[in-house]
Amino acid sequence: MSQTPNIPVHDVEKDYTTLNLGPTHPATHGIFQNVLTMDGEIIVNAVPTIGYIHRAFEKLAEHRPYNQITPITDRLNYCSSPINNMGWHMAVEKLIGCEIPKRADYMRVIIMELSRIADHIVCDTVIAVDSGAMTGFLYLFQWREKIYEIFEDICGARLTTNIGRIGGMNAEFSELTWKRIHDFLEQFPKALEEFDKLVTRNRIFVDRTINTGPISAERALAYGFTGPNLRAAGVDYDVRVMNPYSSYQDFKFDIPVGKNGDTYDRYMVRMHEMWESLSIIRQAVSNMPDGPVHADLPEFFLPAKEEVYSSMEALIYHFKIVMGETDIPVGEVYHSVEGGNGELGFYLVSDGGRTPYRLHFRRPSFIYYQAYPEMIKGGMLSDAILTMSSMNVIAGELDA
Amino acid sequence: MSVTIDPNLKPDGVEGSGFFATSLDKVVGLARANSLWPLPFATSCCGIEFMATMASHYDLARFGSERLSFSPRQADLLMVMGTISKKMAPILRQVYEQMAEPKWVLCMGACASSGGIFDTYSVLQGIDRVIPVDVYIPGCPPRPEQVLDGILKIQELAKSEGVGRRNSAEYKERLAQYGLK
Amino acid sequence: MEALTPQELHDHLLSREEALFGNALVSSSVDRDFPVFEIEKDQLLAVMKNLQSHADAQFGFLTTLCGMHFPEQGEREFGVVYHLHNLPNNWRIRVKVFFPKADMKVASLSSLWPTANWMERQEFDFFGIQFQGHSDLRRILNMDEMNYFPMRKEYPLEDAGRDDKQDKYFGR
Repeated sequence: MSQTPNIPVHDVEKDYTTLNLGPTHPATHGIFQNVLTMDGEIIVNAVPTIGYIHRAFEKLAEHRPYNQITPITDRLNYCSSPINNMGWHMAVEKLIGCEIPKRADYMRVIIMELSRIADHIVCDTVIAVDSGAMTGFLYLFQWREKIYEIFEDICGARLTTNIGRIGGMNAEFSELTWKRIHDFLEQFPKALEEFDKLVTRNRIFVDRTINTGPISAERALAYGFTGPNLRAAGVDYDVRVMNPYSSYQDFKFDIPVGKNGDTYDRYMVRMHEMWESLSIIRQAVSNMPDGPVHADLPEFFLPAKEEVYSSMEALIYHFKIVMGETDIPVGEVYHSVEGGNGELGFYLVSDGGRTPYRLHFRRPSFIYYQAYPEMIKGGMLSDAILTMSSMNVIAGELDA
Repeated sequence: MSVTIDPNLKPDGVEGSGFFATSLDKVVGLARANSLWPLPFATSCCGIEFMATMASHYDLARFGSERLSFSPRQADLLMVMGTISKKMAPILRQVYEQMAEPKWVLCMGACASSGGIFDTYSVLQGIDRVIPVDVYIPGCPPRPEQVLDGILKIQELAKSEGVGRRNSAEYKERLAQYGLK
Repeated sequence: MEALTPQELHDHLLSREEALFGNALVSSSVDRDFPVFEIEKDQLLAVMKNLQSHADAQFGFLTTLCGMHFPEQGEREFGVVYHLHNLPNNWRIRVKVFFPKADMKVASLSSLWPTANWMERQEFDFFGIQFQGHSDLRRILNMDEMNYFPMRKEYPLEDAGRDDKQDKYFGR
């Protein structure tokens, strides 16, 4: 069977150029290669090659106990790792069938929306950088540092957070964390407005992004698009609304939807989603219910140290959890969350052993990157670069 | 090999009114160290921490690395950030070979240093299997302060290197170990 | 929005078994929040076409598909699991096919859903499942020169040739 990609044969009428874009290229954010066939500046065909950062997550997950898979899920969409972590925890909670207290749900929502804002900051500023506007990147990344500080207070890490536990959170947010969240909610809107004023109605940006890399709603659905890319094409499918998880049904928020599915729409959808995320965080902070931060799951949640030293049962649970010898029910479950890029799904098959029998990640970047050749055909090379950055393809999620 | 960071920037020499005489090695080292042009070979999560290092809060530009070069022909410092899979290894090597001497390699993160948490069939267990590395920065991902520390160590290496090192037999032998010319 | 519980959805689809599944249905059940249908591999394309376009099903969105390997299960050693989604009504189902190692040919769904193209390439890359009718079935994530299918249970996780890590320190 031939292993070479389908590149069209030389046409005697026209002289096509073959241009290799990547895998190391400043504008491909992540390592993926595209072999472009070009007629001057217009793209005739594109053949993508991926897998340059294939780290075998699915095989790795079959060899790690459930608690040790959380750091692996971090590295899927690493711009918004908490969402991946929470999605994984919720998939396991679905498998073992436990109820999460409301307070833990609200805390999870705050963390997930903060990471969604962080992800959208990266995408939107990078679209601006690729069209030549470096300023927005430098201004808004300062606010990502503030989000990182909040994550650091909660879990100790900035980027690859490994946040939360199966069954809820491990501890209350500290005073400092709450103060930081309040400060962020007060100060970030002003910075976002500045970025908005700088870029959204900017003549150069608008000229470069409108009608570049368009995709219709039917084609987007056929290609399995989800998330901001699908909403930019006009379909209001959001997993938080359709299959609510973690008490999202308690929150009121709008789903921004675009029209043409072009780069400008994708940029605007993410911009508006950041505003919606801020509103969700405000609602969560003001309506925070009281209660425990963790479900009563002795098989998964480390018992308090006083009990470990005094009670035999707690000692055994502690040992089993740390050694990864917890009893997991047999069964299979599919759970999806609304990640920064769309529906991030976890299909978990358990045979009762200490590691999953099979864990399949439904990775949105992998699925919608298939449509990239179709989106850039007929456009120019510089538009192809902007289309790539507006799709927010994260290499870790693409290759897993 | 431990590298001490010398806060005293001025090299030894003879100073007078309107002139400063020192050895060529030191002047060249000073110039090289304070104007390193990095090539950010960012593959995964460490790349995002590098973006944070480059941004205004930690600001890599104040150490002379204002101009990031994505073309290996114009870069001094190859910063490998993120997991390198076996599929990517030949490309990494090609990029390294395209760089002109003097060149330094900085390996950021656990994945680039030794494969990190990905002890799998598809991940190269450390880039020092294909190219020679000068500084390793541990962490998953390393904090921006650690990255700046690594860059400062590269600067110390560049400062203390000497102009003849890249033509020396010892260096050529090191390259030959990797099959490079 | 016709909201059905998983059991109701399962019964709704079973009541139209002739039209949707023909005689290909092997078994069906409700697993937590998903109706699960196992069908004969040979009729996969026809059943999927019905599920996609029949007025009472309309599963227009293929969420994901993945391969499975159960060694020592003989006739049911390998499997492919599809997750379908009917967006307007928010119906989700799971469809499974199983087949032995001797017969790894499965019909490709890329003619129905273009999204299946890369998903099937990934499962070919991992398990060696041959999708018939796929336009470009070659490896996608692993190196082209790889000569085995790594996700099969008989192959280890670690690279066999690594010499810098000793198994005894890693508990293996």
